[in-house]
Amino acid sequence: MKSKSSMMSRDLISKALQQSVIKLNPKLMARNPVMFVVEVGLIISLLLIFVPNAFGESVSTGFNIAVAIILLFTILFANFAEALAEGRGKAQADSMKNTQKEIIANRIEGEQIVAVSSTQLRKGDIVKVVQGEMIPGDGEVIKGLASVDESAITGESAPVIKEAGGDFSSVTGGTMVISDEIIIRITSDPGESFMDRMISLVEGAERQKTPNEIALNTVLISLTIIFLMVVVTLPFMASYLNIVLSVPVLIALLVCLIPTTIGGLLSAIGIAGMDRVTRFNVLAMSGKAVEASGDINTIILDKTGTITYGNRMASEFVPTEGHSPQEVGEWAAVSSAFDETPEGRSVLELMKKQNWEYPQSLSEGAEIIEFRAETRMSGLDLTDGRKVRKGAVDAIRKWVVSQGGTIPDNLQANNDAIASAGGTPLAVAVDQEIYGLIYLKDTVKAGMKERFEQMRSMGIKTIMCTGDNPLTAATIAREAGVDDYIAESTPEDKIAVIRREQAEGKLVAMTGDGTNDAPALAQADVGIAMNSGTVAAKEAANMIDLDSDPSKIIEVVAIGKQLLMTRGSLTTFSIANDIAKYFAIIPAMFMVAIPQMQVLNIMNLHSPMSAILSALIFNAIIIPILIPLAMKGVAYKPMSSTKLLRRNLFIYGFGGVVVPFVGIKCIDLIMQTFL
Amino acid sequence: MSIFSYIGIAVTFIIALIIARPTGHYIAHAFDNTPNRLDRWFHPIEKWIYKFGGIKGENQTWKQYAGAVLISNTVILLIAYAIFRLQHVLPLNPAGITNMSPDLAFNTAISFMTNTNLQHYSGESGLSLFSQMTAIIFMMFVSPATGIAVAIAFIRGITGKPLGNFFTDLVRAITRILLPLTFIMALVFVGLGMPQTLHTVVTAQTLQGTEQQIGVGPIGSFLAIKELGNNGGGYFGANSAHPFENPGGFSNMLQMLMMLLVPMSLPFTYGKMVGNSKQGRVLFVSMVMMFVVMLSVSLASEYQGNPLINQLGIQHNAGSMEGKEVRLGEAQSSFYSVVTTASETGAVNNMHDTLTPLGGLIALGNMMLNTVFGGSGVGLLNILMYAIIAVFLSGLMVGRTPEFLGRKIEGKEMKLIAVTLLIQPLLVLAPTAIALMTQADTISNPGYHGLTQALYEFTSSAANNGSGFEGLGDNTPFWNIMTGVVMFISRYFSMVTLLAVAGSLMAKKPVPETSGTLRTDQALFGGMFIISVILVGALTFFPVVVLGPIAEMLTL
Repeated sequence: MKSKSSMMSRDLISKALQQSVIKLNPKLMARNPVMFVVEVGLIISLLLIFVPNAFGESVSTGFNIAVAIILLFTILFANFAEALAEGRGKAQADSMKNTQKEIIANRIEGEQIVAVSSTQLRKGDIVKVVQGEMIPGDGEVIKGLASVDESAITGESAPVIKEAGGDFSSVTGGTMVISDEIIIRITSDPGESFMDRMISLVEGAERQKTPNEIALNTVLISLTIIFLMVVVTLPFMASYLNIVLSVPVLIALLVCLIPTTIGGLLSAIGIAGMDRVTRFNVLAMSGKAVEASGDINTIILDKTGTITYGNRMASEFVPTEGHSPQEVGEWAAVSSAFDETPEGRSVLELMKKQNWEYPQSLSEGAEIIEFRAETRMSGLDLTDGRKVRKGAVDAIRKWVVSQGGTIPDNLQANNDAIASAGGTPLAVAVDQEIYGLIYLKDTVKAGMKERFEQMRSMGIKTIMCTGDNPLTAATIAREAGVDDYIAESTPEDKIAVIRREQAEGKLVAMTGDGTNDAPALAQADVGIAMNSGTVAAKEAANMIDLDSDPSKIIEVVAIGKQLLMTRGSLTTFSIANDIAKYFAIIPAMFMVAIPQMQVLNIMNLHSPMSAILSALIFNAIIIPILIPLAMKGVAYKPMSSTKLLRRNLFIYGFGGVVVPFVGIKCIDLIMQTFL
Repeated sequence: MSIFSYIGIAVTFIIALIIARPTGHYIAHAFDNTPNRLDRWFHPIEKWIYKFGGIKGENQTWKQYAGAVLISNTVILLIAYAIFRLQHVLPLNPAGITNMSPDLAFNTAISFMTNTNLQHYSGESGLSLFSQMTAIIFMMFVSPATGIAVAIAFIRGITGKPLGNFFTDLVRAITRILLPLTFIMALVFVGLGMPQTLHTVVTAQTLQGTEQQIGVGPIGSFLAIKELGNNGGGYFGANSAHPFENPGGFSNMLQMLMMLLVPMSLPFTYGKMVGNSKQGRVLFVSMVMMFVVMLSVSLASEYQGNPLINQLGIQHNAGSMEGKEVRLGEAQSSFYSVVTTASETGAVNNMHDTLTPLGGLIALGNMMLNTVFGGSGVGLLNILMYAIIAVFLSGLMVGRTPEFLGRKIEGKEMKLIAVTLLIQPLLVLAPTAIALMTQADTISNPGYHGLTQALYEFTSSAANNGSGFEGLGDNTPFWNIMTGVVMFISRYFSMVTLLAVAGSLMAKKPVPETSGTLRTDQALFGGMFIISVILVGALTFFPVVVLGPIAEMLTL
């Protein structure tokens, strides 16, 4: 689902423009109370254009028209923000829908195979899919093995192997079998398949307001009502002083005071947050899950594949007596010259890292001895007759002894040292001479240590789960810098840990792929299943990582935090703006009746009319100006909450006070040249 | 303003700062539901009260607690109403005071029950001794005790403890805090020259040879609870400007200390009860900062005096003395005005109507914010409500579901708080507009000052302050009923909603604190608290304030 269109393609923008007009429909507007108030203001000012004395006093038509136009644009801008966010999701959904054509399925009915439309398939049906055919629906392989192209959902072009039983048995409708054939049991009814859910999710059809969004919305509505009361009571108070306030001026004041900036951008922020997760190739089943991920206290990670590469890599050459490490390395490299296994390549990489050369010419024309389960070693028979081998220590030992060689004294000691440190030793030998050992280590992925460091600063605890023995687990845990580990862990252990953490009030996230992970995924507050995983795991999770990269959970946390931060920062900004707007509009409202009010005109705005219009224009254009920020999210770097608050308070709180003063003054200066 | 004025103010304020902490801890101790040392002293008395009242002291749910508050307060209110309406025939009425009119009795009963003490009557001519000594004094004890009890229950709730029992809390607030101090201070006030007698008048022979009737009464005891309970209602119409209610500089200082005592202590009580004294200190320091700003502006404005008089070339080294007692002076009067509005007491030792526009604005501002200490208990409630708003905004800004004291602030709590926020502007702005439109003839000064008069009356009612700007012909059915309704709703609405918030937070599982948690015990949060008060609380009133005191100031 990698997006093909650019973030702001022309097509997307033109569609959003259309939508922003369609969304003017009051029925749709009513969902956003803040902007609905603006629309009511618009309707009143339109009424005043045609019936200037509808409220007794007749008002300046030119000013009234200006107010109406600015209000219209304020609403359009807000609609545009929402439409743009929605549009990006829709574009993705459309491209997915294209792949979801009707497929002819070969349903097995007793002995027969009947061709039916995929829409007729029901849960439990058995179908056969052969090379070159689309898989007609979500299901589980019950027989056979095939390679499947899942690029339609993952965007990953390399095919994956699917086979009956085990953790690689689930297949997704709309993906293509590119070799062999499989028998599948369908696991979903039409309209409920994974693809269908994905489409509706990215389309936003299922978008429900998240708890946090509801809370914020309540506050915004409350502020709107408060300012409504302020503005509605004001003309009565003014009339006591024989000051007449015209309706368009009051509407302008109201619209400026109510939190239109955040009100206009709120749904866009939510949609864009979900979208950011999706763009990251993670499918969140609900916005709630994304928000929850921002609150995570503990992350449970599998060691293999998440923290470490999972492959054992050469990390050191340990020579036997009478040899140097470089010698061991040279022969190990010779033996690995044509070895394409990760272990073999890692030997060559280690040599490169040490800046050691090895005689490449030796291996030319040599006979390759492949690794076999019986021999448990591999190597080369060189053209000069020498035989180079590397392999399991006891296998090599036997091989050397069988050629009449002797076993060096410290071999066993070295072997034990490596094993007890959690590594795997490989012996290197040439004919009857053992040169030494290759220390194979499960290597921590590059950058993981830094990420765990970041998480610690964010207050997130990391727990590593591994099937390794405690010694190995401790070594890796220390190297990776995780806070805690569970060695020799079983799926039950994971649930136990999750429950333990949750009992302390913590929110727990975990990743998993196997069926036996499903209960733990369901127990966790945020469970991310790998797309390569089983159906059960995916059903239990509330997010699915389409790239099957377990370490992505860290980014998901950041996105969740960013989502909340964007809301909070823009709310603060929006409310802080009111100070400047007051100083623009209040003196302007009363300056005619009370000339001394000029003292409050601290921005020295040109005229009452230009002051009010400038504030109103600023109020409108700040929305589109902030759209990119709402879409992208407030910049987030992992740091302590105090630092983060100080930073955001300065940028959006202090900035929220200052920016409108500057903005309104600038707009006023520009307006002066026209008026 | 002489250097002594500054010193007087500084000394008083420093004493208030010093006694706040131990008092706060004492209050926390007094309400500790686990057996403690104080029980030995007070339990023998309380035991009888509980027995007599049938109080078992079981923990209440927030609904039961709120219900107990509402019902008990309403019953007392009705009894007081009956006393006011029947005082003519009731005993202890040597002056033969007549029954109160229905609307005035309605207003007065609500006024004293809600800790407002807005007085649309004059004590000497409006109330019998019986009314003063039963209805008024009784409510003067029960209403601050109610406020303190609710605040304590709220703190218990947000820290996850059971809310407690309203009746037990009410009794403790009286037996352990209000009554002992009142007893001592009443003696001190009598010692300072306040009358304490059941006679209502003494007759004096003046130098000119005529007879003068001077009103007296049981004033010493009245005064002590008036100030300590943040009540503020005067025995006499002139309140603490009357020499018998405020004989001199020392009694003036004591009164201010008593007004500030409970409101300034409660943040420390809060800190103690949540188990992190820094939590309370941050809020305390934030409020002290706001208080100092308010006080400075008021003092400066009153010192500069009235520009119109200055233009006449009249020397006024003493500052603006219009409406102020000469024996107290400008500085002590301004200070008193700031203290009485900040602590939502409402006692006055000068005419707030004659404050300079800016000085009047400060008095108004204190009541509009209602968070610069605030009244007994309810002040802290209001402060914690703004703290939760600050937590909500800053929690979002650090990318987490906002947490306060380890409990998540979610939709339900924010809904309750959002409604609570609405109520104050509604209760101030709408009635003010109505009054200005329909009751213009009861307002003594037309123009900006008249607007301020009406605004002040409703702000004072809504904040349950009770000080009057005066200058209103306010003993009319309109003012009596309207302010009565405002006082009642304002007092109990927020108590109920905030108890609901406490009930909701109590039930939540606490979230452990990590480095990702927003710290609410640091200076940064104090700043965020002040910002929330200003942005959410103060901005609302900016337009109306511009039309009232600010316009008056600019056009003087």
